[in-house]
Amino acid sequence: MKNRSLLILCALSVLLSLASTTVVSAGEYHVGCIFSITGKASWLGEPERNTAEMIAKKINEAGGINGNKLVLHVEDDQGDNTQAVNAANKLIKKDKVCAIIGPSTSATSMAIIKIVDEAKIPLLSCAGAAVIVEPVAERKWVFKTPQKDSDCVKRIYDHMKSKGLKDIGIITTTTGFGGAGREQLKKIAAEYGINLVADETYDPTATDMTAQLMKIKNAGAQAVVNWSIEPAQSIVPQNMKQLKMTIPLYQSHGFGNLKYVEAAGEAAEGIIFPAGRLLAVDTVPADHPQKKVLADYRDEYEKNNKDKVSTFGGHAYDALNILANALKKVGDDPAKLRDEIEKTEFVGTAGVFKFSATDHCGLDKTAFEMLTVKNGKFVVLGQ
Amino acid sequence: MKIKDYVGIGIVMAAVAVAPKLVGNEYYLGVLIFAALNCLTCTGLCLLMGYAGQISIGHGAFIAVGAYTSAVLTTKLGWSPWTAMGCGVILAAGIAVFMGLPTMRLKGHYLAMATLGFASIIHIVAVAAVDVTGGPSGITGIPRLQLFGFVLNSDTRNFYFYWGIVVAGLLLAVNLIHSRVGRGLQAIHGSEDAAASLGVNIAVDKIKVLVLSAVYASISGSLYAHYVLFIDPGPFDVMHSVLLVTMVAVGGLHNIWGAFSGALLLSLLPEGLSFLSEYLQTFDIRYRTDYDTLIYGGILLLIMLFLPEGLFEGLSRLLKTVFSLRRKWGGGLARHAE
Repeated sequence: MKNRSLLILCALSVLLSLASTTVVSAGEYHVGCIFSITGKASWLGEPERNTAEMIAKKINEAGGINGNKLVLHVEDDQGDNTQAVNAANKLIKKDKVCAIIGPSTSATSMAIIKIVDEAKIPLLSCAGAAVIVEPVAERKWVFKTPQKDSDCVKRIYDHMKSKGLKDIGIITTTTGFGGAGREQLKKIAAEYGINLVADETYDPTATDMTAQLMKIKNAGAQAVVNWSIEPAQSIVPQNMKQLKMTIPLYQSHGFGNLKYVEAAGEAAEGIIFPAGRLLAVDTVPADHPQKKVLADYRDEYEKNNKDKVSTFGGHAYDALNILANALKKVGDDPAKLRDEIEKTEFVGTAGVFKFSATDHCGLDKTAFEMLTVKNGKFVVLGQ
Repeated sequence: MKIKDYVGIGIVMAAVAVAPKLVGNEYYLGVLIFAALNCLTCTGLCLLMGYAGQISIGHGAFIAVGAYTSAVLTTKLGWSPWTAMGCGVILAAGIAVFMGLPTMRLKGHYLAMATLGFASIIHIVAVAAVDVTGGPSGITGIPRLQLFGFVLNSDTRNFYFYWGIVVAGLLLAVNLIHSRVGRGLQAIHGSEDAAASLGVNIAVDKIKVLVLSAVYASISGSLYAHYVLFIDPGPFDVMHSVLLVTMVAVGGLHNIWGAFSGALLLSLLPEGLSFLSEYLQTFDIRYRTDYDTLIYGGILLLIMLFLPEGLFEGLSRLLKTVFSLRRKWGGGLARHAE
């Protein structure tokens, strides 16, 4: 009787054989998407997925790209490296995509770089860390659409300098995004004559940062920089308020979702952070080159989704549109696509892109605008 | 070893041999490689949980020890991956002894808490020791494994090698269970006092099995690093340890084959769900990956409610019941016909 139980094992093995391969039919362009739709980074992945699907629908309703239907294969990596690797393998080997958009986070992007490099498939990452596209010599197939964290640091330090702030404390999250930001904050500080008097970190699942903030307070910091992309970052302003810390709080561009403001409540008022202009589109001057793109995307996103627009969805908007333009010009050969993307100039939500053989991000620090929170809304900071 | 174990290993070997031909797509081999890593860890974990009766919610940490030792020694010091893997094994075993000496005096929930604490410590070290572990940004540029000048650079090669190691691990585990030590362990699980009175050295045996199970996890971690070629603290958090325990529990604690099939099932379940979503899409039903968590939880709940002794034992008992019912029913029909 015991032997029969082995049949189950047998059946499990047979299950594996049920695999089938998708045949890529002519007249269709297959594009892969890897987003963190569920899990700890879902506030990034969900708007990205919604945006990508919205654009694909719009393109197909208008007759596709040169008559070819745009087929999206959306995978959820749950913010997990292993799932991201599986998803990348699946998109490349099973769905035979010509390019991949995403992943949403820096760690998951780093995890699949080797795979796209070996498969020679262009990747348009939606994650922030500069190391994703640097050094360019080792990142032939990798591009990214969000602004670089190094440029974000420069904008923050520029602003501090103009306000005469010198001694600052930094508090960063222990994820790929936070870790990379911490390195940039430390590296660039000397260049701007900024002195880091405290360097604290917190876990993305932490619920109280009072201890770290006390250290920053006692170190005599004149300002705090909080670097995170997870919801936990909203606890920092609340804790600061409890500790009656009145020094200015700077955030990274990872603060670019109104949900973080809602989570922080009143404590969010006055937070200063660099971000793309999408969040404060109403206060962007009408003659700005990005104004129309920003307003159109925001209106369309908010019409189609029961959700406020966020910069993260914007990154997917830029990535898919850059790819769609390249597809229109050279078709779906991955090598040709890569060369075309490298030449692209594009007015997007994150800024005015200008890719080149030495720059796979295509944005500089002018892509950022200093924003602040006023009455629970993002507005451009008056100088 | 009993006959059924030979049959089991034979089936696994046969399945491994034909799988690359059957699945037809390298992508599925990638999924199966991750499944192999889970199977290896869970085999070791099952020795500890099912046979020695010690719960560990810290096995993700032993995987991290293996993965980080391999990654650091190969990328920063340029060591051979095999030497690095050996160092990982020695380090994990050392940590297991060090941890086992005090914690093996604890029982039940206290031991689980101790291992949980250990997992948190390793995770914090991985995150905070930036100079060694690369911190949250992780370590890139880990080399591939080479076997006598033969680079494991395709999924098919990796698949055969990794599953070869799983089969070796299974053989070792099954042999151990049916040895004197294994019977001693089972006696410990039954009653520590009774086992001690019969001459089983409880403390030493428990530490031994903890070390062995840490070695399994460490090797699986090294193999992970050499397959993904990038590591960061993400995959080794406490939740992964919990997932490993779930795999063993779902498959069946008291049986190596149970733990093995539990690991295989839960590793392949996400793939199954993605099949389901594609299948539903052909009927124009929109299935969103958001539902995965719900279905996943539902399946676990059903297994725990209706098959509390695990999928493996539970299903075989269910089959037995069905067969005996059919025999009864069949016999009744035959009599009726007469």
